[in-house]
Amino acid sequence: MSDIEFEIDGKKVTADKGMTVLEVARKEGIYIPTLCHHEKLEPFGACRVCIVEVESRGSTRLVVSCVYPAEKNIIVRTRSPKVDRIRKTIVELLMAHAPDAPQLLEMAAVYGAVPNRYEKDPSFCIHCGLCVRYCAEVAKKHALGFVDRGVHKEISFIPEIAAKECHACKACFPLCPTSYLQAVFVLTEALSFPDPAKTK
Amino acid sequence: MEIEKIDQIIDKHNGEASNLLQIMLELQSSNNWLPKEVLKRVSERLDVPLTRIQHIATFYKAFSLVPKGRHKVHICVGTACHVRGASRILDTVEEATGIKPGETDMEMKFSVETVNCLGCCALGPVMEIDGKTHGKMSPAQTASVLKNYE
Repeated sequence: MSDIEFEIDGKKVTADKGMTVLEVARKEGIYIPTLCHHEKLEPFGACRVCIVEVESRGSTRLVVSCVYPAEKNIIVRTRSPKVDRIRKTIVELLMAHAPDAPQLLEMAAVYGAVPNRYEKDPSFCIHCGLCVRYCAEVAKKHALGFVDRGVHKEISFIPEIAAKECHACKACFPLCPTSYLQAVFVLTEALSFPDPAKTK
Repeated sequence: MEIEKIDQIIDKHNGEASNLLQIMLELQSSNNWLPKEVLKRVSERLDVPLTRIQHIATFYKAFSLVPKGRHKVHICVGTACHVRGASRILDTVEEATGIKPGETDMEMKFSVETVNCLGCCALGPVMEIDGKTHGKMSPAQTASVLKNYE
């Protein structure tokens, strides 16, 4: 039941009701960069790098494609001078937190982002929520979550759950774009449930 | 906090997960802070993951995950109070109680917080203790007001 027709980068595409612009683009083989997107997880819209330009009824605006539902007769542009400029800034802002993340370095090269444009604040976490959401939605262990808010927001394990579940799973480890998650896990482990084999 | 008391508050809200915030607020006001055991009990009873409760408890300033003193001292450091000398009031309070903003003293007598406006700038510098407003404070007055609390 393909009932929604619209255009991405000049290509006519069709979508089912409820699909996001990003999903449609992926299906059609059109590349849109993402950081916080994961097939198995609900869209989150945290990293904003999948931002695209949407033209509908004559006016253009910027939307985040991973949470924007496909709509009839819209014209989507995944690369335009404006999109590229905004994406560059987003990458630069993220790099203030995680200067050495491989995915960010790759994007920086594509969009010409200057890694040192903003003052460094190496928190290493870019709040993509992949680990938190994976643990809640797929692993269903709820071993870690976000705490605090705004600039103080960070990820935090529940030691009691982590001690029981994490050693056998660790499925969130490869998801983290910055390796900060691993650091948090090692810290939590060292503080609250040290492995007897490691501490002699 | 006794488990019966926690259950009583949860039961009052029919043990529904949608009332999580209300339950947490009531636990906070009856116990003054939210110990981990309390949050665990709430998590079990409402079938809400502890991570979610932890997120909420750290998100809102109304909740405290550390014990709080018997008296809550709020010092306004908003613009109006600031220009009228709030920093001197804060210094006096820090000296009298021996603690900095965000801390609680050993005897659990005072918890000091700074706030950004109490909505009565004409009375600045303002100090609020347990909801009672003390306006137009001077350092000397501040010290004597604090002495009235046990």
